[in-house]
Amino acid sequence: MTIPKSEAELAAVIADAKGALRIRGGGTRPVGKAGSGEVVCTQGLSGVMLYEPGALTLVAQAGTPLTAVEDALRAENQRLAFEPMDHRAVLGTDGVPTIGGVVAANASGPRRIQVGACRDSLLGVRFVDGAGRVIKNGGRVMKNVTGYDLVKLMAGSWGTLGVLSEVSLKVQAVPEAEATLVADGVSAKTAVSALSAALGSPYDVSGAAFISDGGKALVRVEGLAESVAYRVRQLQADACAGWSVVEADSSATLWSDVRDVRPLIGREGAVWRISVKPSDAPNVLEKLGNPEAVCDWGGGLIWAVVSETLNVRDQLAGFGGHASLIKGGGAFSSFHPEPAPLAAISKGLRAKFDPRGILNPGLMA
Amino acid sequence: MQMPDPDRAILARKDRIVARLREVLPADAVISDEAETRAYECDALTAYKCPPLAAVLPSSTQEVSAVLKVCHAEGVPVVPRGAGTSLAGGAMPTADSVILGVARMNEVLETDYANRFIRVQTGRTNLSVSGAVEERDFFYAPDPSSQLACAIAGNIAMNSGGAHCLKYGVTTNNLLGVTMVMMDGAVVEIGGAHLDAAGLDLLGLICGSEGQLGVVTEATLRILHKPEGARPVLMGFDNNEVAGQCVSDIIKAGILPVAIEFMDRPCIRATEAFAGAGYPDCEALLIVEVEGSEAEIDAQLERILAIARTHNPMELRESTSAEESARIWLGRKSAFGAMGQINDYMCLDGTIPVSQLPYVLRRISELSKDYGLDVGNVFHAGDGNMHPLILFDANKPGDLEKCEAMGADILRLCVEVGGCLTGEHGVGIEKRDLMVDQYATEDLDIQMAVKDVFDPKWLLNPAKVFPLASSAARRMAAQ
Ligand SMILES: Cc1cc2nc3c(=O)[nH]c(=O)nc-3n(C[C@H](O)[C@H](O)[C@H](O)COP(=O)(O)OP(=O)(O)OC[C@H]3O[C@@H](n4cnc5c(N)ncnc54)[C@H](O)[C@@H]3O)c2cc1C
Repeated sequence: MTIPKSEAELAAVIADAKGALRIRGGGTRPVGKAGSGEVVCTQGLSGVMLYEPGALTLVAQAGTPLTAVEDALRAENQRLAFEPMDHRAVLGTDGVPTIGGVVAANASGPRRIQVGACRDSLLGVRFVDGAGRVIKNGGRVMKNVTGYDLVKLMAGSWGTLGVLSEVSLKVQAVPEAEATLVADGVSAKTAVSALSAALGSPYDVSGAAFISDGGKALVRVEGLAESVAYRVRQLQADACAGWSVVEADSSATLWSDVRDVRPLIGREGAVWRISVKPSDAPNVLEKLGNPEAVCDWGGGLIWAVVSETLNVRDQLAGFGGHASLIKGGGAFSSFHPEPAPLAAISKGLRAKFDPRGILNPGLMA
Repeated sequence: MQMPDPDRAILARKDRIVARLREVLPADAVISDEAETRAYECDALTAYKCPPLAAVLPSSTQEVSAVLKVCHAEGVPVVPRGAGTSLAGGAMPTADSVILGVARMNEVLETDYANRFIRVQTGRTNLSVSGAVEERDFFYAPDPSSQLACAIAGNIAMNSGGAHCLKYGVTTNNLLGVTMVMMDGAVVEIGGAHLDAAGLDLLGLICGSEGQLGVVTEATLRILHKPEGARPVLMGFDNNEVAGQCVSDIIKAGILPVAIEFMDRPCIRATEAFAGAGYPDCEALLIVEVEGSEAEIDAQLERILAIARTHNPMELRESTSAEESARIWLGRKSAFGAMGQINDYMCLDGTIPVSQLPYVLRRISELSKDYGLDVGNVFHAGDGNMHPLILFDANKPGDLEKCEAMGADILRLCVEVGGCLTGEHGVGIEKRDLMVDQYATEDLDIQMAVKDVFDPKWLLNPAKVFPLASSAARRMAAQ
């Protein structure tokens, strides 16, 4: 394993590589086919380089532990708006997640429906491409349309286009209060239509999920204390009539469980992550034989545990959307196959960013 | 502004090219008469003009595909066009190009309130997208000031922003999917009604690519329920630095206004003379708007006003009625018109880290003295996106050139303090040659390599975004 201590060293390692490289941050998100090759680990590139709370921006080296970023933010009562998921619980991995790994996986949690994914908070990147060239795109300001947006392209590229060396992120103030409305013992269908009604209200819902175990539906609001109280009342009067209310830390725990799909931990089977039109969620679940599932994003993101041999993608036919295999189910590829014209574009891009095909080869294929 | 020499062989083949376009489009959708092609000679950056070889106005994705197949086969450059409101010359033609306007493609294809999206043809104007969902109190959030005229096509190409993007994000944060026609006529679907696409984030790459990677014909956009209400406050300060500090204190306090707008003294005086909104005569003015129910608005404004008071404002004006709100916004909304009344102006669009605001404003006023041209500053302070307006006289020989040089200096200053050349208007031809000030050779090379993948012959929207010298080798190789 090589652990470069600087961006220049990282560039040299890649330029001099003789064969395939496996790119690793904290190694907590081993999604996709592992492949062979020397491991290059980014943990030697560590540190928050710039943090301006008054401008809501933070720049960190890619190997910085996520906890170091979160600690720095917490000291100023700020946070990452997109609530990055921690994959360790569901994948049974250990190690220290890095901020670069969060970006490479575009890891995003429940607040995705309100503030967007990791890619929407990502303001700039520096990376080393497969030829060893150091490249920057975007910057550290909130609005930037200067040239093509490679920042978005790098988010969720799983180390296949380049090795991130530095990322700059937009951050968010921690709101004064939060509360979650909870319904128990409801069906997926009832839950998803209530979530949809809540998300279609003016009350700025920041979380909308359904957990099959116990038939739990959850709707979260955050903001000034007066706002939260008011919105809870309004939602209870309509979309969430009869739901109970959970506040503060107890509310936060509910959402970190959804974020990390804790209700699925320890269950027998393959874990799939399925992205669909939210209102299709109940029908997709039925098609899959109503497995144990966590539906986030109002139903738009389904985490399900199914038999190792079930091809979830076949069941999605007629719905649209896509499915990634996160754990188990050895026979299937991890990433959803792209339609031919898009696959050709992706292949073309890979050939430009990584002409020798050495960065995590085949991982996203 | 230097443009590549038009391809003489294409100019010589005009009749044949037009004939082939007529084979695939209805007669009224192909414009080749020189008097009529003039209508497409520029966008809102009117200082630069060049009529195209021809213009076509297809009505469907299939027709767009047919047009591109012809142009691809003939090796003719294509300039996609929405409503032509670009301030960067993004839709400016070259003499050997065909303008492909999507203005006739303005249908709503699908509205889905349960899943909160709308699918439209991209020629539809920004405001009429919100208009289509107003009956259910929904709206499409990105709101460029040009929203009455500009098309979703141009918004996607430029990744346009608006006054409310502090809370709702810019176009790319509200775009779920596109139908796009590649230069060779192939139709691709990227993303859709689900929240994230599989594979690489090609959608994110397309948004903001200034019409150089493909022609976007349909778009799936996120829609939201309208807030219950909104209310602005106005604050006047006798010092830019203090106003800047107030902005960052509000942000740090965890209150998220939907808009924080800033105007400096030259701009305040000009708008007062023009619109008489009753603004105080001060050094710096902020308009801060918050949303929610009446009680929620009260709660937010109470905190914001408390922060403002710690900075000893010369004036704090809280709106108590719809009329007062309108008056507070009146000056800001007429700022461009007011400056235009005084003289011709050039509107810049750099972004800076908010912390650099006082320094940048001081440097701009020094540059203003050096060049002998007046500047007014009006901008989105919450996100550091500045719009310095440089006043010049187009009829005075040399004034435009002086103004361009000063504009370039201001944009270089934005880059120097950690910002960028353009926050929402795009590079187009206007900032093309400044790209080397923000990006190193490798940074530009990889962006151009992306274009190689999507448009190997370099026919889409020529001579934009990349400095001609940087792209010369690739353009030659592509021919
Ligand atoms: C008074 C005024 C105020 C403005 N205010 C704002 C503002 O607040 N915020 C902001 O961001 N901008 C603003 N603008 C700039 C401008 O309105 C935006 O850039 C807008 O998005 C352009 O849209 P359009 O349809 O007019 O595009 P056009 O000017 O026609 O084209 C713009 C770019 O899009 C490309 N393009 C057009 N159609 C397609 C297509 N179908 N496929 C691919 N590429 C295509 C063109 O080639 C060109 O590069 C303002 C402009 C004016 C004149």
